[in-house]
Amino acid sequence: MEKMVTLTINGEQVTVPEGTTIMDAAKKAYINIPHLCFLEGLQAEGACRVCVVEVEGEPRLVPSCMREVHEGMKVYTHSERVRKARRMIVELLLANHPTDCFTCERNQICELLKLAYELGIDKIRFDAKKPQYELDETSPAVIRNPNKCVLCGRCIRVCHDVQTVRVIGFINRGSDTKVATYLEKGLGNVPCTNCGQCIHACPVGAIKEKSYVDEVWAAIADPEKHVVVQEAPAIRAALGEELGLPPGTLVAGKMHAALRRLGFDMVFDTNFAADLTIMEEGSELVGRITGKIKKPLPQFTSCSPGWIKFMEHFYPDLMDHVSSCKSPQQMFGPLAKTYYAEKAGIDPAKIVSVSIMPCTAKKYEAQRPEMNDSGFRDVDYVLTTRELARMIKEAGIDFANLPDEPAEPLMGVYTGAGTIFGATGGVMEAALRTAYKLVTGKELEKIDIEPVRGMDGVKTATVDVNGLEVKVAVAHGLGNARKLLDEVREGKSPYHFIEIMACPGGCIGGGGQPISFDMPLRKMRCDVLYKEDKQLPYRRSHENPSIKKLYEDYLKEPLSEKSHHLLHTEYTRREIGG
Amino acid sequence: MEKILLKNIDKPDSQDIETYISGGGYKALEKALSMKPEDIIAEVKKSKLIGRGGAGFPTGLKWEFTRKEKGEPKYVVCNADEGEPGTFKDRVILNKDPHLLLESIIICGYAVGAEKGFIYIRGEYFEEINTLKKAIEQAKAKKMLGENILGSDFSFDIQIFKGAGAYVCGEETSLFESMGGGRATSREKPPFPTQFGVYGKPTVINNVETLSNVPSIILNGGDWYSQIGSPDSPGPKLFCLSGHVNKPGVYELPLGTSLKELVETYGGGVKGRFKAVLPGGVSSSFLDTLDVKLDYKSVMEAGSMLGSAAVIIMNSDTDMVNVCKNIMEFFAHESCGHCVPCREGTRRAREIFALFANGEGKAEYLDTLLDLKDTMYDTSRCGLGQAALNAGASAVKLFRDEFTKRIKK
Ligand SMILES: Cc1cc2nc3c(=O)[nH]c(=O)nc-3n(C[C@H](O)[C@H](O)[C@H](O)COP(=O)(O)O)c2cc1C
Ligand code: SF4
Ligand code: SF4
Ligand code: SF4
Repeated sequence: MEKMVTLTINGEQVTVPEGTTIMDAAKKAYINIPHLCFLEGLQAEGACRVCVVEVEGEPRLVPSCMREVHEGMKVYTHSERVRKARRMIVELLLANHPTDCFTCERNQICELLKLAYELGIDKIRFDAKKPQYELDETSPAVIRNPNKCVLCGRCIRVCHDVQTVRVIGFINRGSDTKVATYLEKGLGNVPCTNCGQCIHACPVGAIKEKSYVDEVWAAIADPEKHVVVQEAPAIRAALGEELGLPPGTLVAGKMHAALRRLGFDMVFDTNFAADLTIMEEGSELVGRITGKIKKPLPQFTSCSPGWIKFMEHFYPDLMDHVSSCKSPQQMFGPLAKTYYAEKAGIDPAKIVSVSIMPCTAKKYEAQRPEMNDSGFRDVDYVLTTRELARMIKEAGIDFANLPDEPAEPLMGVYTGAGTIFGATGGVMEAALRTAYKLVTGKELEKIDIEPVRGMDGVKTATVDVNGLEVKVAVAHGLGNARKLLDEVREGKSPYHFIEIMACPGGCIGGGGQPISFDMPLRKMRCDVLYKEDKQLPYRRSHENPSIKKLYEDYLKEPLSEKSHHLLHTEYTRREIGG
Repeated sequence: MEKILLKNIDKPDSQDIETYISGGGYKALEKALSMKPEDIIAEVKKSKLIGRGGAGFPTGLKWEFTRKEKGEPKYVVCNADEGEPGTFKDRVILNKDPHLLLESIIICGYAVGAEKGFIYIRGEYFEEINTLKKAIEQAKAKKMLGENILGSDFSFDIQIFKGAGAYVCGEETSLFESMGGGRATSREKPPFPTQFGVYGKPTVINNVETLSNVPSIILNGGDWYSQIGSPDSPGPKLFCLSGHVNKPGVYELPLGTSLKELVETYGGGVKGRFKAVLPGGVSSSFLDTLDVKLDYKSVMEAGSMLGSAAVIIMNSDTDMVNVCKNIMEFFAHESCGHCVPCREGTRRAREIFALFANGEGKAEYLDTLLDLKDTMYDTSRCGLGQAALNAGASAVKLFRDEFTKRIKK
């Protein structure tokens, strides 16, 4: 049994398990201790010292995020001494911080600004020289502004401990300390996966996505251009958070309605392409299992471009395991400029293809040189959920009161299988629903595959397909992915099919989503998608009438020559050094 | 007083093991190996020896904690980083009496149940590193070090580790990080080194001078030692006298000797008129008197700290504002940059002192500095930040008019 410890916090007695930190114990006394470098889900670091408290008998204040409680401890969380120290510390941080809050991404949600307000700081007693670093704009996806950095180290901990990519770290010392990449080459020149989890970890505006909002506005305004738009499954589970709706609200219909009102010429839906991905990827899996396709098992999913780049740098030896299917975004891209262009009789040169993604890595993916199978750049601009929300706000659209509207049917009808792509385990579940049919000719009875749902880092399941026990595994977050990948590398993997998503929670936790590293919130977003899945008329990708039509009219069948040309791709070995 | 720490240094070939042995060296090791480890620790506790590296922690207690820890293996680390400006005492032992240190480390290793010792030595001490290497070879050849020391079943090895060259590396937890190949930044305490030291194992870390007291304690007993000098913190101490004195240098005197005696009898008096002293180097607060006894408690009561006893004297020509500016430049440069109060506090204090030095100060800054000092002391993670503004704040208090004169009109 857990050993319990009793202490007093501001005179109030609380009893907590041994090993609890003062910060956690204080919650029991109804106190939320202010903090900055601490972030739930990451190891405590004790760098900012904002969370200091007074402990009787200690010569100095102690950081409550790191100090464990002990029997009889007497803690004061907001004594005069504590308040003075906290204010001074935050004042020091503010003194070194640029004052361009007006134009900052994090205006309204900045944790530093919030602290300053909550701690009642009414003056800054230092006239400091502000830092003058160059921005890191080497990456097509993630931009770092070291001038705004408060050196909390949260991005570093995410990149090292959660994602195990380890491309950023502290360099120099004293006042010259900063966060940088290896040899200060810049994020674009090191094995950064563009996952953007560091953006969620950052309390201030020091890391953000590279924005293409102005380019998209310009395309919309250009009468010569025909602007089509697709939205990833995860957008509808989170966009409402940015626009005044409670977390957990499904906003698929409002999203389509808002896009039309922003002026997009054709509003389609990436969920359609997700169904298409399942047709192709499910067929590939069946091919590998039956031996028709001479490629190894387990097959890995390929729809998370953060994971793909990670694989190219760190596990290039496992490249043949990765499905050759492009991600839904990149399946949609060439089809918009071929299939749709032909159907609508539009010159593909005039089409501007925009995608709304929960993902910063998708910005990178769209710019990969090979992504031009339509004869043009397949996807021209990728915007994040946050960027779309900004456009909606800028246009003054009353999002909360918009009617629900569907996407255009040609490339906008989708099934429940397509929508759950946005949640960890969703691709696996969707693929199994269709692969079962492909192999057995029958429909999978138990369509909800619970073991692959939820927030556990690695999930596994076994499904009986015509007597064959198909073993599957799911990992989200690259640190978790390593566990499955190392098994494969050692030849010990028992699985046929492995789903990997770079971001914790899957795409609903992507680097482009509303800022949050809160896992319960991410879980709530997953639930939105599972709920929509249940409500949709079709729940299996192969039932999607628009997909059937696409094959009939254009692609013929999964893995056809045309499919291969437009929907499949190859990968590139990349160095670990850069 | 008969010298204990520096008794060998004037002998010809003092570094040689033969010289050391002929003066009674390694007798303490022999005696220690015949004792129970617990009894050695009891003797060290009785001696009331406290650490000479700056923090002033009771050495016997530190050893006892380490011995009682369950983790294995255990390590001894000798801190020979000696990075504090104005400190140059360990160097004398390292250079002139390396076997005194080796003998001490081996005894410590036996007492706490360690199998290996490290000497973390300041990288610039090239000559000292060579001297130590030679001494280690000699000790091994004589079976004082290595397998089955002096025929006992105690085996122990000592390895030299060259320092990474930053002041903060002398801070024990940063030192461990740097030994582990990491960035030299401190760790949160607890866990303390005795629980989680180098390579995450229970570790005794002691300063060169601290350890060098041990052989005499073993040979003469803790009671004998505790009678030397000041009753609260007994024993001999190496004082590094520098600044405006006629004869700067390292002097071995009992703790409790008056500052006046150190300066006048040994240091040949102040050059010019005395103004201020930093009794424990740049991390300590200024005192404006020589009437203080040099032991840990007395200096503390006078409003400063003895630290590693880098006694820096300033005469009446000294511009205190400039001194503060230089000290803050040192700390702002040497802060590891990890925690906010130290990283941001040292850089802001540096800016403020520079403004005063240029005659561009502001009256409000003086109180801000005092508040800043409180917060840095109260919240910085390691001793560097905790003490960085001691000198500056005490100068503002003691020599306020020198600052007000430099306020921009
Ligand atoms: C910034 C900083 C620098 C230090 N540098 C040294 C050093 O160079 N040598 C040393 O022995 N102790 C140094 N110390 C003290 C060590 O952290 C530690 O307390 C000491 O090595 C313990 O040994 P002792 O108990 O024998 O004094 C330093 C402490 C701080 C905070
Ligand atoms: S985007 Fe991902 S991989 Fe790149 S630095 Fe941020 S956390 Fe690391
Ligand atoms: S970039 Fe953001 S998360 Fe990273 S250290 Fe700076 S402030 Fe913290
Ligand atoms: S007090 Fe200074 S040197 Fe020590 S951990 Fe903090 S920043 Fe680093």
